[in-house]
Amino acid sequence: MLDKQTRSVLLDPLFDENPIGKQVLGICSALAVTTLLKPSLVMCLAVTAVLIASNVSISLIRSYIPSSIRIIVQLTIISSLVIICDQVLKAFAYGVSRQLSVFVGLIITNCILMGRAEAFAMQNGPRASFFDAVGNGVGYSLVLLLVAFFRELFGSGSVFGVAVLPLVRDGGWYVPNGLMVLSPAAFFLIGGLIWALREWKPKQIEIEPVVEIELEHGAPASRHAA
Amino acid sequence: MANARRDSTAYTIGFAALVCLVCAVPIAAAAVALKPRQELNARIDRLTKVLMVAGLMTADESLSADAVEARFDESVVTRPIDFRTGAPDSSVDVKTYDARRAARDPATSTTAVENAARVIRVPKVGIVYEVVKDGQLRAIILPIQGYGLWSTMYGFLALEGDARTVSGITFYEHGETAGLGGEIENPNWQARWIGRKAVDEAGTVQLEVIKGQAGPPADDPYRVDGLSGATITARGVTSTLEFWLGPNGFGPYLDRVRSSSAQGGTSAR
Repeated sequence: MLDKQTRSVLLDPLFDENPIGKQVLGICSALAVTTLLKPSLVMCLAVTAVLIASNVSISLIRSYIPSSIRIIVQLTIISSLVIICDQVLKAFAYGVSRQLSVFVGLIITNCILMGRAEAFAMQNGPRASFFDAVGNGVGYSLVLLLVAFFRELFGSGSVFGVAVLPLVRDGGWYVPNGLMVLSPAAFFLIGGLIWALREWKPKQIEIEPVVEIELEHGAPASRHAA
Repeated sequence: MANARRDSTAYTIGFAALVCLVCAVPIAAAAVALKPRQELNARIDRLTKVLMVAGLMTADESLSADAVEARFDESVVTRPIDFRTGAPDSSVDVKTYDARRAARDPATSTTAVENAARVIRVPKVGIVYEVVKDGQLRAIILPIQGYGLWSTMYGFLALEGDARTVSGITFYEHGETAGLGGEIENPNWQARWIGRKAVDEAGTVQLEVIKGQAGPPADDPYRVDGLSGATITARGVTSTLEFWLGPNGFGPYLDRVRSSSAQGGTSAR
């Protein structure tokens, strides 16, 4: 069906090269929108759609982009796509776009988009760039939805708005964990996820290079690079 | 690829201009083509909130845009009022008048007296919604806004025909912390407001959000349960009510309603 290279472009970003887990990109939105699953899902779809469109269009014109202004050209294309995406959401998914508020606009600053444009679409054809975008979009979505699942479950006692753990204030028994609805909870969860991912795939652990530095006294000492 | 040509200044400028042009076209098209739909969404959202807070629609009901409009037109009267006197003001067209926009324009607004809700400007003409049934004023819905912890909270407060008893409250736009201050959107908390008295017999605003739990409305009419972890948001809600129900907000209008209902009148005209 798909040749080996395409498959690796498509599947690597899921676990081996996950944009959040390995590349540690797109953390800002992962913290901000993951209190509930529904806005997170819309955010994932929006990011994936913009990523596909930006990767393919940048790849199509990659050999015409003057190198001195390539970043700003990428940014212009990404911003335009995000504005259109925001307009479409406001017209067809008003409620969710209200919940996401500024974070749709902030997709522009999501490092995954610029990262993939610069690292992949500028060097590869539109077909490969398309699969790279799908892979990274899904990889990003996996982490976002996982984080949102735990935050919504423990922070609001529900999954996709459906009550699972009946809350005390609704006459149930579950006292929601207030930390889960605040951004630091996403930090802990993402930290935990990255740890788990690297336990499972030890190749992702970055070995810090040991460098010899000369101290002022002249005695050599070995230090880890920061 | 001729690299030298691609990096020449003229080519770079030309390329940048072309990219801008190509990107601008779909953005402009999307903005223009989707605008009517977006405005309709915003309007329906506002009408839905008014209907819900007036108890004319439940949260589980999902109505089409037309059905919302129809129900609104059938039971709700949009009334522009003069903030200073509380008298009806017919100088604005209710179909197009936007009180939030008017508040930003120095020509159609005044600077608010310093207040804890951090309302900076008040439009000269405000909008209230009246629910009239069988010639009787059943409910008054007032748009309110005030500052919480992070953001300005926009909402509606519904009072019964006596202009004293709360029959509902809702917030439709705010940037408070989800799960803490954001719980001002929680229907269960909003339900605790129903039946409480916003103002005392003398017309002074008394209702406040307290820390902890308030008693049932009959015994504890002037206090509402607090939101745990949202002290400052709750304080913002209290000052919002204090401002909008007070003499610089809808106070004069509410006084008129109260005096006319005391005389046996049906509604403040």
